[in-house]
Amino acid sequence: MRSTKAIVLFSASFLLLACGLVLTAAAQESAPAPTVPSEGPVRWFDLQRLNIAIVVAVFFILVLVFIRQAAKGASFFIRKIAGLDAIEEAIGRATEMGKPVLYVPGIDDVNNIQTIYSMVILGNVAKLVARYETPLIVPVCRAFVVPLAEETVKQGYLDAGHPEAYNPNNIRYLSDEQFAFTAGVDGIMLREKPAANLFLGSFFAESLVLAETGFSTGAIQIAGTANIHQLPFFVVACDYTLIGEEFFAATAYLSREAKLVGTLRGSDWMKIILIAAIVTGAVLETFGVTAFTRWFTVQ
Amino acid sequence: MKKEIPLLITAIFGSFMIVDYFVPHPAVSLVGETLQQWAIIVISFSYVLGVANIARINGQKISKRSKDWPFAVPLLIGLAFMLGAGIFGGIGEGTLFNDFFLYAYTPMSGTMFSLLAFFIASAAFRSFRVRTVEAGLLAAAAIIVMLGRVPVGAEIWDKLPAVSDWINNVPQMAAKRAIMIGASLGAISTGLKVILGLERNYLGGE
Repeated sequence: MRSTKAIVLFSASFLLLACGLVLTAAAQESAPAPTVPSEGPVRWFDLQRLNIAIVVAVFFILVLVFIRQAAKGASFFIRKIAGLDAIEEAIGRATEMGKPVLYVPGIDDVNNIQTIYSMVILGNVAKLVARYETPLIVPVCRAFVVPLAEETVKQGYLDAGHPEAYNPNNIRYLSDEQFAFTAGVDGIMLREKPAANLFLGSFFAESLVLAETGFSTGAIQIAGTANIHQLPFFVVACDYTLIGEEFFAATAYLSREAKLVGTLRGSDWMKIILIAAIVTGAVLETFGVTAFTRWFTVQ
Repeated sequence: MKKEIPLLITAIFGSFMIVDYFVPHPAVSLVGETLQQWAIIVISFSYVLGVANIARINGQKISKRSKDWPFAVPLLIGLAFMLGAGIFGGIGEGTLFNDFFLYAYTPMSGTMFSLLAFFIASAAFRSFRVRTVEAGLLAAAAIIVMLGRVPVGAEIWDKLPAVSDWINNVPQMAAKRAIMIGASLGAISTGLKVILGLERNYLGGE
């Protein structure tokens, strides 16, 4: 029964995409050429971006449908993510060794969704750390992230029932400059020797410098980022790495809150639709039909 | 109310920025640009919080003679010096502030960056130790790609650069794009969760 529903949902989504294709093709036929500046009446919708609007709308609908199903009590399976399971293990190890936990929320500002999400994970980590009564050091690269990190960690300690253990001096703004920040974090790793290093957020060229320094101190290291160019560095230098979407699954995985798990289900269905679109596009291109692939071109 | 109002603001402005991407009307674009300018102004105020954080933590470290307190002294002197140089002497070309940035900070930053070369060597050495079949495949692919990028590779076998390009353009690119699609969907769904107020940890306490 459930699989029939799934097939119907998948077919409906794919049909919606196909309708979008036809609509966009028709709209693009009648739309003025994009390179020529138009002095005509102002438009309320950019028809060149209709394809993106349709794909985003399908994705939003899928996510909302699964959030609703989850709210009604449907249970969804989440596969095991070793990196997320290892967070508690790493904090436990730091507690046994009597050493602090280091949490680096990336080097980007809050306009990057990875930084916001890193704050969400930091809240969960702070709760665990407070329960184990282990110090948590959070070096921050952007001044604007400082109050966010302070509030998040404070709330984590409060939720765990240990507000007195919160130390505001452990939320340390180092520098907005990339390598000044890197030098500062390396200094913390070498002087204070944290037993667990968590690198979760948006990282750039400093990723390997941080991870290799952490490796040299013998700390257990867990990294997670959606910046794909930095993933190989984290994979070779860290014990566990959350790759791309796994990073964004952290709170749903850790909290098992039904609504959050529902969003993961929505993402999975969107991936299936996109895979089907890629395969369809490859087959059609092989036979010389290019309209389908051209529909996905971003103007 | 301390959480509801920020959630409402997030929902309204988050949704508006999505609409701004699809609506080319000048009225909408103008509001969008204004909102982004507001964000820049708010962010610039946060530097005061950042400086206060550095001064508080390192000031306490010095006054309590905590472990490693001598490191905090040059930090605070440097902070005060650069602040003073920037405020009283300006930040343009030829100023003290700019000279210190160019001739003190930039070489030190370059030194940190250059460490990456050595760290790449040590990390590559560890990851290319062939202990499993997967590690063997990784090492073989890496050797082909590396040899394909240098003239001696073509001397060994003239097809080596083409094989190297194929590894980069086909299996490597396919895996990279798969990760990218997954990460992008994760980012969009996280944005939606933030707009809907399902993720609210980042707002802190009541």
